[in-house]
Amino acid sequence: MSTVTAAQGLWTLAAEGPVDRIPTPVIEYAQLAPTLIVLGAAILGVLVEAFVPRKSRYYVQVFLAVAALASAFAAVVGLAAGGYGSTKAQVAAMGAIAVDGPALFLQGTILLASIVAVFTFAERRLDPEAHGSRVDSFAAQAASVPGSESEKAAVKAGFTTTEVYPLALFAVAGMLIFPAANDLLTLFIALEVFSLPLYLLCAVARRHRLMSQEAAVKYFLLGAFSSAFLLFGIALLYGYAGSVSYAVIADVVDGTVTKIDPALASTMGNDALLLIGGALILMGLLFKVGAVPFHMWTPDVYQGAPTPVTGFMAAATKVAAFGALLRLLYVVLPGLRWDWRPVMWGVAIVTMLAGAVIAVTQTDVKRLLAYSSIAHAGFILAGVIATSAEGVKSVLFYLGAYSFVTIGAFAVVTLVRDAGGEATHLSKWAGLGRRSPLTAAVFAVFLLAFAGIPLTSGFSGKFAVFKAAAESGAGALVVVGVISSAIAAFFYVRVIVLMFFSEPKADGPTVAVPSPLTMTTIAVGVAVTLVLGVAPQYFLELAGQASTFVR
Amino acid sequence: MNFPLLTVTAALPAVGAILTAAVPAARRTLAKWLALLFSLATLALAVLVAIRFEPGGDRYQLTESRAWIADFGVRYELGVDGIGVVLIALTALLIPFVIAAGWNDADPLETHSSRWRPTQGFFALILLVEAMVIISFEATDVFLFYIFFEAMLIPMYFLIGGFGDRAHSGSDENAAAQRSYAAVKFLLYNLAGGLIMLAAVIGLYVVAGNFSLQEITAARAAGTLDMATNTERWLFLGFFFAFAVKAPLWPLHTWLPNAMGEATAPVAVLITAVVDKVGTFAMLRFCLGLFPEASKWATPVILVLALISIVYGALVAVGQRDIKRLVAYASISHFGFIVLGIFAMTSQGQSGATLYMVNHGISTAALMLVAGFLISRRGSRLIADYGGVQKVAPVLAGTFLIGGLATLSLPGLAPFVSEFLVLVGTFSRYPVVGIIATTGIVLAALYTLVLYQRTMTGPVKEEVRTMPDLHLREVLVVAPLIVLLIGLGVYPKPLTDIVNPAVQHTMSDVKQTDPAPEVAVEAVPAKNGEAAK
Repeated sequence: MSTVTAAQGLWTLAAEGPVDRIPTPVIEYAQLAPTLIVLGAAILGVLVEAFVPRKSRYYVQVFLAVAALASAFAAVVGLAAGGYGSTKAQVAAMGAIAVDGPALFLQGTILLASIVAVFTFAERRLDPEAHGSRVDSFAAQAASVPGSESEKAAVKAGFTTTEVYPLALFAVAGMLIFPAANDLLTLFIALEVFSLPLYLLCAVARRHRLMSQEAAVKYFLLGAFSSAFLLFGIALLYGYAGSVSYAVIADVVDGTVTKIDPALASTMGNDALLLIGGALILMGLLFKVGAVPFHMWTPDVYQGAPTPVTGFMAAATKVAAFGALLRLLYVVLPGLRWDWRPVMWGVAIVTMLAGAVIAVTQTDVKRLLAYSSIAHAGFILAGVIATSAEGVKSVLFYLGAYSFVTIGAFAVVTLVRDAGGEATHLSKWAGLGRRSPLTAAVFAVFLLAFAGIPLTSGFSGKFAVFKAAAESGAGALVVVGVISSAIAAFFYVRVIVLMFFSEPKADGPTVAVPSPLTMTTIAVGVAVTLVLGVAPQYFLELAGQASTFVR
Repeated sequence: MNFPLLTVTAALPAVGAILTAAVPAARRTLAKWLALLFSLATLALAVLVAIRFEPGGDRYQLTESRAWIADFGVRYELGVDGIGVVLIALTALLIPFVIAAGWNDADPLETHSSRWRPTQGFFALILLVEAMVIISFEATDVFLFYIFFEAMLIPMYFLIGGFGDRAHSGSDENAAAQRSYAAVKFLLYNLAGGLIMLAAVIGLYVVAGNFSLQEITAARAAGTLDMATNTERWLFLGFFFAFAVKAPLWPLHTWLPNAMGEATAPVAVLITAVVDKVGTFAMLRFCLGLFPEASKWATPVILVLALISIVYGALVAVGQRDIKRLVAYASISHFGFIVLGIFAMTSQGQSGATLYMVNHGISTAALMLVAGFLISRRGSRLIADYGGVQKVAPVLAGTFLIGGLATLSLPGLAPFVSEFLVLVGTFSRYPVVGIIATTGIVLAALYTLVLYQRTMTGPVKEEVRTMPDLHLREVLVVAPLIVLLIGLGVYPKPLTDIVNPAVQHTMSDVKQTDPAPEVAVEAVPAKNGEAAK
């Protein structure tokens, strides 16, 4: 592999002695257990699709998914209890995966959020029965053309797309690796592993199928672009540091690298490679978190995807992507702090303001929540910019708080329906509070949490990130954050006004009575929102203990 | 561990709110009685707090301190000084009247669906507001205060937007739109103020490292906590802005007339007599306590704003055609007096301001609730729709008159004492300001008496002819308030005894002493007694 000089031509002398065998990689299976469990279950899920009779697939798949996610969560808890989050934090799988506090905390968050999201996937009581079989939010047969005979036949036969469960599991597995990835290639692979299933999941809505497919194509095309950027950035960074390993790159960036060979010596002075490479990777990650100006896909995809998928995606993707972003900025590029901080300042400010301002004009609940998620990405970025343990802690906490509010909110959206499926246009929500006070009240709780009203998790999270930002000297960011919170409050309040103070319309939507699955999701969402709002101390401590990256 | 009296006082109405909200739709009378019962029990606790409080003792008493969110440097710290005690008492006192006055205001219309339980919601929200207001008066941790200062907006918002004036309720789309506009305006103004305060709260943490009012005040006094002059000023402005919106001070006042106009009379009382007091209270406790230098720095501007509020509020009140909006503008004028008293930085001024908060609460409650009874009889808020009411409903007119006279600070009624103290306190330091503020009193006489004259005297209007007089429930609501107005007007000593020591502490926070009088006067408490006579 080393430099073979040109003069040697096409052949070399046989090596003296036996050829070194490629050493068997050492894999710490126990420490990778959460990911492995989910991946294994995903593969099992594919087999279930192939071999289990159609009738019982749904039950087997739901059971498998929930059991896998729950046992993976148990594995995360076990690892954390075993000290892998703090004292025994280490790099596993030949340096590819980090097992440390942030990784375990985020994996735990992703797994819990996925469990409640899978509950909403499995909901089959909202739509009226079609031909005697209960249906969920997913197309009877994703491959059939919308409106075609084959679709009708599939509906009549009572088909269901139970593939969504293994797909979701693959996505979750990717998300588990993403924030733990400790070299650039693993990062890229994880990105693809969770993105591809998500593109598919977006396309399989039962209602509004064309919109759903359009959303999937948009998401796929833009996602492919961002992956390309990321990959190109990886190539440049590899060119700069001669390695894809986070630790090595960080050493080269810091100038603390001990072993400098001639190749490295010739490239490590090249700041253009480093800066452009770093910027391209950042772009790829900012796309995934939905930060302005890489947010364009968010509203369309959030609106078009089946609502349970939107909730899952909005929560879990954001957690995973912010985890990867944190690790990249804190582990790989801390030496470049003075270069990326101003850029991230700019991104955070535009993201907060644009998200809040554009949301004001939205008339569709799902698009509204999409822009709100953009604004929230901006708030989280304010915590990322803090570049301190306090900052990591606040971001971890915010992500945990935010995911449950989001999943809960989208779960409520699935309940409000009229003849055409979910009634997502805001005008249809008028007077909902009079008709179904409980549903409206629950949604109001989520909206208040999004708005960051005290005694909800949204406030604790916002306070944590703003505090971290202010302590690191980013007072101006806090002021912008506060202003955009005020703007954002306007549209959250508008929805509440609509629900409670407007007279219900005669042809308004009805609120479907969900099965215990969705009820659990919503109840968990409300409970987490209130508990993290009133007594966040335990979770802040947990996030605090988990705020050290291994390198 | 002592009995956590302050926590229980604040928690009791919250428990009441939950129970009231849980009453089934058909049993709404039970919900009303339950709410009244809990508000009366809270009043009993508030009286207990006042009894247990020793005016000459420590600055903060009945203190409680527990760990809460250590990561944010936040503790659950409660404690009351004299100012807190009287304001808690005021709150607990007024809520039963608010509940009794609004007894039938939230009964469901026939058109409502059977699952909509407005009555339960109405009374639960009132109790929830009470709980949050009380804990705001008790909190000695800035963060804890902030949480409830902000959170109380939400139940308040639903009270304003969800339960409109019966004079307009029903299917009238326009009234519903106006009401929801008023509610949104209320929320956005206060939320914006609160969020700006949030930035300042975070800034305070960065500077001080914790949120404990006592620790920060002590560290400031001992000189161990330095704040750069500019930092202190910015933080002060952040806090003051939020309180000035809440109070409300000109030019941030415009939400109040909308909110009070569209809300039912009891809710209007809740806004102006109870919730807004948190704003002026917080100026006294947090602005002066945490940022003494910046407070002094800002005093000239704030005094001017207060003066504008006094004169502008009164002038606009004179021109109002709507009874409730008139009371709202009168309140703005009165809040100007309170702010004036606080920032005059004299002990009379601040004692006067505290008494003013109490007296304004009682007098506005009396006037507004009677006005509400009047409006509910005729179904109109316009002054022009009334005339000669005193001939058909003499008790109503009589109580309305007393409420009005209290509002214009007639000697012998409680508000006179406080207004007099504020003016004396202001005059001793800023004579010109004191003189200008006096015009507020003259204008108050004008708008009150004109209101009375137009609605109650003159020829009896056709629509008014069959108007029934106050019935028993309404008399029971108004009579105690009037007794209090007269009682505190003649004998304010119990209040001043509690308030004065607290004011001395605040004065020492800002390192101010009263200007030396040019003519020898007696000690302050005695002088208050004199003034009352």
